[in-house]
Amino acid sequence: MEVFRYSQAQSVDNAIKAGGKFIAGGTTLVDLMKLNVEKPQALVDINGLKLDKVEATPEGGLKIGALVRNSDLAHHPEVQSRYAVLSQALLSGASPQLRNMATTGGNLLQRTRCYYFRDTAYVCNKRQPGSGCSAIDGYNRIHAVLGGSDQCVATHPSDMAVAMTALEATVYTQGPKGSRSIALNDFYLLPGNTPDKENVLEPGELITHVTIPALAAGTKSYYIKLRDRAQYEFALSSAAVIARVNGKKIEQVRVALGGVGTRPWRAKEAESALEGHEANPVNFRKAADAALAGAKPLKDNAFKVELAKRAIVRALEVATQTV
Amino acid sequence: MTKQRDPRHDEQVSEQQPEPAFGRFSRRSFLSQLGAATAAATAAPFAHAAATATIEAPPAPDEAMAIPGAVPVTLTVNGQKHKVMLEPRVTLLDALRDHMQMFGTKKGCDHGQCGACTVHVNGRRVNSCLSFAIMHQQDEITTIEGLAKDGQLHPVQQAFLEHDGFQCGYCTPGQIMSAVALLKEPIGADDDSVRAAMSGNICRCGAYNNIVDAVQQVRHQA
Repeated sequence: MEVFRYSQAQSVDNAIKAGGKFIAGGTTLVDLMKLNVEKPQALVDINGLKLDKVEATPEGGLKIGALVRNSDLAHHPEVQSRYAVLSQALLSGASPQLRNMATTGGNLLQRTRCYYFRDTAYVCNKRQPGSGCSAIDGYNRIHAVLGGSDQCVATHPSDMAVAMTALEATVYTQGPKGSRSIALNDFYLLPGNTPDKENVLEPGELITHVTIPALAAGTKSYYIKLRDRAQYEFALSSAAVIARVNGKKIEQVRVALGGVGTRPWRAKEAESALEGHEANPVNFRKAADAALAGAKPLKDNAFKVELAKRAIVRALEVATQTV
Repeated sequence: MTKQRDPRHDEQVSEQQPEPAFGRFSRRSFLSQLGAATAAATAAPFAHAAATATIEAPPAPDEAMAIPGAVPVTLTVNGQKHKVMLEPRVTLLDALRDHMQMFGTKKGCDHGQCGACTVHVNGRRVNSCLSFAIMHQQDEITTIEGLAKDGQLHPVQQAFLEHDGFQCGYCTPGQIMSAVALLKEPIGADDDSVRAAMSGNICRCGAYNNIVDAVQQVRHQA
């Protein structure tokens, strides 16, 4: 690990002015610093900022501070009763120890688990722009089938971000240029020719909180995660579904996917195929096919296409209570 | 960016070093001295290295060898304050083992994947390998050495003994720290819930069934 300067921020303004990389839970950053993948010259400890509250918004939604720990958010009574998909996604991620450390803001900024990104012996466009991609012609079983480019096919690893994408969350930031809000669906960037640039945050910009809107009465939600182990493993495919059904008709539905995309993946094609139609297995399968229509499987991950479809169908069945 | 002096460093700190948990002769110090004696006959430099690794005479914090970039850090571990000189990049795990002579907490993967380094920070279990020690100066840290009280093992420690919840024992401190923490966590009553809650602790020997039995015995007693 490289040496770095360390300071503690006492206020958001102070943190932004400090001019270093922010550290909160550290579960991604310290790991990658040990691998020499991350080499910050200065770390700004933001744990002292009062950004650790979950509060109701005037609009009936929730405001989640950037420093709310994953375990606290997962077990928050309002999250458990009204946003089951978020609680389920959080509890499917990492281990209890890591969930006690990891924060809401940090979880959104998790780096990929691509083996080549994490190993400096290999070239990687995300780690070192222009050096090449070791995954596209390498062993790519865990890589993306949606949203990849000829520069990068690394998946985004977060479960929480997939649930928040389906919930249409909004990210609030403060930075050298002031405050702004960003719809989570506009927060993440596709790799394109700049896979090192994963989101729209600018240097020194700090996530202060995230809001999730109120859901209409009768809305149900569910998160399913498929992986190589029963616990403590990243998704090969996951699906977050939020649905409101009236009689048999699907009035509103949101579908987001994890483990298959280069970013948390909103499946609007699936939503269009479902809204206004009957909740039944045939329509669920049509929606799943629509969601994966643009999939571009690699040598070792073609199985993810079918796996993702089945995850969508299963999550729709549970959320619409048709099983 | 200028480094501000942290007012917490000015707190009254006991300079007294903690007694080894099991008296003056711990297994580690015995082995270290044995190693020193053996090495002295063949290679003097090794003898010096082994001797400085004993816990009987650790360097007083203020006299510690100057490390470039090291700053004074105060950590509260098992109720006792420790003042040490640490570089910011020293993890909580390495601070405990390499700077405070507390070897109960184990280093396994050093990347948050195995759970051997599990300790409690303010009563909650965390991976001490993924956190810098300097970030924990306001926290209460509990390690495996802090569980037994008045010569009595913690009920989870006792249950691990009774159920043979280990083989080689390397993961055991982390397993026990996780098990103690989960007693206060909102998890289901069945064995599968315990398995899920213990999933952050890997056991190479595969003592999982006995670990689940030990945890469940304590939960049923409570």
